[in-house]
Amino acid sequence: MTASAVATKPAATNRGMALPSARRLLLWTGLAVLIAWVLVPIYLVALGAFGGRLGVFRWPKSIWPSDLSFAAMSQFLAIEGVFNALVNSLIAAGLTVVFSIALGAPAGYALARYSFRGQNAYRLLVLLTRAFPLAILALPLTVSFIRLGLYDTPFGVSLIHTVLALPFAALVTQSLFMGIPREYEEAAWVFGCTRFQAFVKVILPLALPGLAATAIFAFVISWNEVFAASILTVRERTLTAYLLRILAESPLHYRFAGGFILIIPSVLFIFAVRRYLFAVWGIASK
Amino acid sequence: MADIVIDRVVKEFGSFRALQEVSLTVNDGEFVALLGPSGCGKTTLLRIIAGLETQTSGRVVIGGQDVSHLSPRKRGLAMVFQNYAVFPHMTVFENVAFGLRMQKAAAADVKRKVERAAALLHIESYLDRYPAKLSGGQRQRVAVARALAVEPAVLLMDEPLSNLDALLRLEMRTELKAVLREAGTTTIYVTHDQTEAMGLADRIAVMYGGKIDQIGSPLEIYATPATRFVGGFIGSPPMNFIKVRCSQGTARIGDAALPCPVTAESLELGLRGEDASLSADGSGLPFDVRVVEPMGSHLLLTGAIDGQLARIVAPPTAEVTAGERVGLTVDPARVTWIDSTTGRALARA
Repeated sequence: MTASAVATKPAATNRGMALPSARRLLLWTGLAVLIAWVLVPIYLVALGAFGGRLGVFRWPKSIWPSDLSFAAMSQFLAIEGVFNALVNSLIAAGLTVVFSIALGAPAGYALARYSFRGQNAYRLLVLLTRAFPLAILALPLTVSFIRLGLYDTPFGVSLIHTVLALPFAALVTQSLFMGIPREYEEAAWVFGCTRFQAFVKVILPLALPGLAATAIFAFVISWNEVFAASILTVRERTLTAYLLRILAESPLHYRFAGGFILIIPSVLFIFAVRRYLFAVWGIASK
Repeated sequence: MADIVIDRVVKEFGSFRALQEVSLTVNDGEFVALLGPSGCGKTTLLRIIAGLETQTSGRVVIGGQDVSHLSPRKRGLAMVFQNYAVFPHMTVFENVAFGLRMQKAAAADVKRKVERAAALLHIESYLDRYPAKLSGGQRQRVAVARALAVEPAVLLMDEPLSNLDALLRLEMRTELKAVLREAGTTTIYVTHDQTEAMGLADRIAVMYGGKIDQIGSPLEIYATPATRFVGGFIGSPPMNFIKVRCSQGTARIGDAALPCPVTAESLELGLRGEDASLSADGSGLPFDVRVVEPMGSHLLLTGAIDGQLARIVAPPTAEVTAGERVGLTVDPARVTWIDSTTGRALARA
């Protein structure tokens, strides 16, 4: 988030010369509000997480951390099961990314490149899977998962998270592949590629930024998901599901520490792939 | 090097017949232009030759081998696309080398051939750049270099110049002709621009409504169009068509008389604007001038012959004013007679 603000700054000031001062003020106010909207809550959570036991309850709150300490954080990480849950969460989210790209991208490619009977119906159906309430499925799913031996495994959780992420993956990659001119592929065929080679050598490199964005969606969906993860696991909980259980009976500064750890991976992940995201949105990042 | 035989190729999209039994033979080393208005099936035909589209029936034979059902990569051809299709994630060098790499050519070989193709198209100086940093004309050169680098038996070009501005197009046209003559590749070139087709091609196939109306050298097609469409499509201004009555081998328009063939009921006189000259004494074909446009190299006169619209090209120094009636002298050997009902030209007397 901060990166995007910095990136747009030079462009904004350049254009600012031409803008009337009132509009410039409006632009900067808007930017400031947007940045505050994202950063202030994160900052407050961080303050709670690192401010120690007393800092959480002090009032009025100081803007600056008075007694910075990693005590809460390290104690929190030392709680039994937290580290294990973190690993489970990463495994589940990672598998969700892999599955939803591996299954969603071919579907998106087919939707973009071929016309077949029932194409529109299929597109709608893909979306409709999201309209089906998970709560109804909870019990039968649990039973089937126990039967299949998938119950209480990160792999099992990732399957359900893939179901949640797949519609987005298929539809986002569809528009992604639509945006890559067919001629690139045809040129590759003419110059000696099989269909698969053409995809790997020409389409895939061009689609990579969009695929990264799709991966982010899948990752975040899985990372944030609580309901299915809580139902389908007992001991091998993902971090969200585990925190939901233990934090209810923890002191406040532990809860902040837990919240902060939940935020970090998403922020880091988005930061890592932001270049590709900007490419998708048509903003040059060079 | 190879010849191409297109044998009764039909293409249907649903109930729409895009190509109706098209046959065409392109000789080894020949440059043939497929010329026609948009939607006439010329690009479809080219894509069928390339293997990017499958014909409903008929055969395509390249160099004696029936390639009708082979995938594009097995047909031994190269193609230049309308929007160039230069891969944006590869440098110019890698783009030009793409076909050679797919053939698994040795590195030294690749380098040598890429450099030769680059030299031919004057793109040596930006081989390590990415296409995003190139202008349209430069990208076009890269696309042609990529096609020539593989030394294809057959080169297919789909309106390669249509995205360039007018000046650049003229320049590239001249250069393309020189480059392709040197390479001696059998080439099929799709265009809707008659000047491109006339300037580049050894032979032109004029397509209309999914059929080839006429195949011939540029001069043949210009001077002796086989159909009303070809006459009207080629030439600027297009050929004039004047409905006349033919009785006993003579057509009378005003006080002029032209010998005409009597085989058809209703006839049209096809007359090129520059094949009529202003007569000194006002005799000949009566022409009512409505608009005079000085074009520099000539005067473009728009008016009517026998009440029917006609455009005549006159020398730039001719003294003609709008509203005047002038006489035109016409050489009977240079007119085309067209049967109004079939739209086809009648055999010359």
